[in-house]
Amino acid sequence: MNFSLRFRAAVVSIVLLAAFLGIWHLATRGTGAVANMTPEYAKLMGLTATAGKSAMPGPLDVGAKLWEHLRQPFYDNGPNDKGLGIQLGYSIARVGLGYFLAVIVAIPLGFLIGMSPLISKALDPFIQVLKPISPLAWMPLALYTIKDSSISAIFVIFICSVWPMLLNTAFGVAAVRKEWINVARTLEVGTVRRAFTVILPAAAPTILTGMRISIGIAWLVIVAAEMLVGGTGIGYFVWNEWNNLSITNVIIAILLIGVVGMLLDQILARFTRMVTFPE
Amino acid sequence: MSTFDNPFDPNRRLHAGGCSCGRHLSEAEHQAAQLQTQSAIESEQKRYEGVVASAVMRAMFPRDVARRAFLKSVGAATAVAAVSQFFPLKTATEVFAAGGPLEKKDLKVGFIPITCATPIIMAAPMGFYSKNGLNVEVIKTAGWAVIRDKTINKEYDAAHMLSPMPLAITMGAGSNPIPYTMPAVENINGQAITLSVKHKDKRNPKDWKGFKFAVPFDYSMHNYLLRYYLAEHGIDPDTDVQIRAVPPPEMVANLRADNIDGFLGPDPMNQRAVFDGAGFIHILTKDIWEGHPCCAFAASKEFITAMPNTYGALLKSIIEATAFAHKAENRKQIAAAIAPANYLNQPQIVLEQILTGTFADGLGNIVTQPNRVDFDPFPWQSFAVWIMTQMKRWGQIKGDIDYAGIASQVYLATDATRLMKEAGLTPPTTTTKSFSVMGKTFDPARPEEYLASFKIRKAS
Repeated sequence: MNFSLRFRAAVVSIVLLAAFLGIWHLATRGTGAVANMTPEYAKLMGLTATAGKSAMPGPLDVGAKLWEHLRQPFYDNGPNDKGLGIQLGYSIARVGLGYFLAVIVAIPLGFLIGMSPLISKALDPFIQVLKPISPLAWMPLALYTIKDSSISAIFVIFICSVWPMLLNTAFGVAAVRKEWINVARTLEVGTVRRAFTVILPAAAPTILTGMRISIGIAWLVIVAAEMLVGGTGIGYFVWNEWNNLSITNVIIAILLIGVVGMLLDQILARFTRMVTFPE
Repeated sequence: MSTFDNPFDPNRRLHAGGCSCGRHLSEAEHQAAQLQTQSAIESEQKRYEGVVASAVMRAMFPRDVARRAFLKSVGAATAVAAVSQFFPLKTATEVFAAGGPLEKKDLKVGFIPITCATPIIMAAPMGFYSKNGLNVEVIKTAGWAVIRDKTINKEYDAAHMLSPMPLAITMGAGSNPIPYTMPAVENINGQAITLSVKHKDKRNPKDWKGFKFAVPFDYSMHNYLLRYYLAEHGIDPDTDVQIRAVPPPEMVANLRADNIDGFLGPDPMNQRAVFDGAGFIHILTKDIWEGHPCCAFAASKEFITAMPNTYGALLKSIIEATAFAHKAENRKQIAAAIAPANYLNQPQIVLEQILTGTFADGLGNIVTQPNRVDFDPFPWQSFAVWIMTQMKRWGQIKGDIDYAGIASQVYLATDATRLMKEAGLTPPTTTTKSFSVMGKTFDPARPEEYLASFKIRKAS
């Protein structure tokens, strides 16, 4: 029998998942009653202490809790307790705004750097110093100067998603084949027109790759930033559930963060394919 | 003697008796006169000025006849000017005005999800804020440093803080100096030293050399009490053990993971460690210092001066909530109100054990200590002095300290007194008191002598 590669890959994926869930389930099973306690005392204790339940939840616990969250993702019980859908919405909105600002700044600036060797050399030391700074190192500074925690979170998204886009744009623009530019020059195409009709299409795949890296970083950062400042968002949800020592909810949040991150990446991957051209 | 009639009127008739104030012929005439004067006064502000001026005038001339003679000889306007020279009428009016129209009704108050914040939190679901005309959102915050920054940034109007924090912020220890105030203590007692279950047989602190401990924040009662307790048992907290600042939920996780040996932390984390079978309660902090303050309600000086009425209403709500939480019979109800995810996000049974004081200790016993945690809003200034002696003892602040000055500037005992009276409570008549910590008496008048009496302290 000759199954397609795709089908065989799917089967292997499912087997791996099943094995993972099975091991997880076995590893987190309870060990039965631990110490002998009087019934009154046992009433005051949690299941970990009385039934020897593992502190780590099993896949069934996580599944049940996930179902509970998915059934009503948009409930709102006041400022500190909102549904997962609302929390994810806040995070995506923050990432979207910070990322959009970064695009506005990084792409024109990257174009300029890529087209002018002078500016490229002049700005290089700054970019090299600023690029490796951890997003969370910016947070206290942002909080202190901007004096608003949600704008600070957006600023942190902006500041760390700007560099990959900037560098990729500059690289893409600088690496456009000289022949193409020369052809344009012999045809006496003006600088602005040359930028839009020759360089932009040629550099587009590289620029979009930079944007794709950036959205990944932005999504990484938002969780950490929200854990730090609290308030709303999926990062705050993780912190809140950690405060409650609810590993089940933390695992659910991790799962959802992964899914949303993948979706964001896939959207940009599709755009990249649209602008890529065969040589 | 009515507060609302005009004592600056020299021609007002004086009467020998008849009504409640003694200046009208009958009760009916008294009421009519009162109504008349009240309607004549237009704005609220004017009314307060009138009230304050009247009170001052009456205090200076308790006898009506003498006052009339004085007013007749100098005139009412001169009298007001003369009085305000040696009595700040304007300031007094402002202070009294608290309780007038609210400058701001929608407030944000930050809190950390621990039982110490109980009055601040429960005032929202149980309606203490709305009773005083406020619409308060209580916002859960990720940590003490963030709560400090967000109140300084004015994102929060007021916040739950550790009682040493307003002192530290005012003195500029660990941050820029910003005048801060602490008008009310949130809770007294309510902390514990929790040790890992593997140390069940090491109950003597002398065996704790090399232990790793966690406290929630450097400027916290937890830190000072743990250091004090260790030092009293001959353990130098700086060299014999390690004390780290760890966020409370991580204390339980680290205890289970064997990364730390114990912690002096806020509840619900002590009880949570027991509930999860990771630790046992070695000693309640009330057995170190009975009635010690822990968390506080804090606001910047700016908020207090810019919005005196709102501040008054907010503080009143907190004081009333604190009085409600003080009563043992309300504790179960409070546990149910603050357990949901919006507030503490903890199993209700854990909160009930903490608040009612009947709890599992992690060693198989059910202990009953009704005042395991208690609520008493009065910001004793001697608490501030004690905290400053410990800050100096462990090298957090240096040099000469104006103990009493800073204490009275930050711990606003007068406001608490006034509002406690309004809330129908009986506040203490003094602002300092002596107390003893582990059997050693503290005299707030002699902080330096107290400090010098400790053998174990950081060399400075």
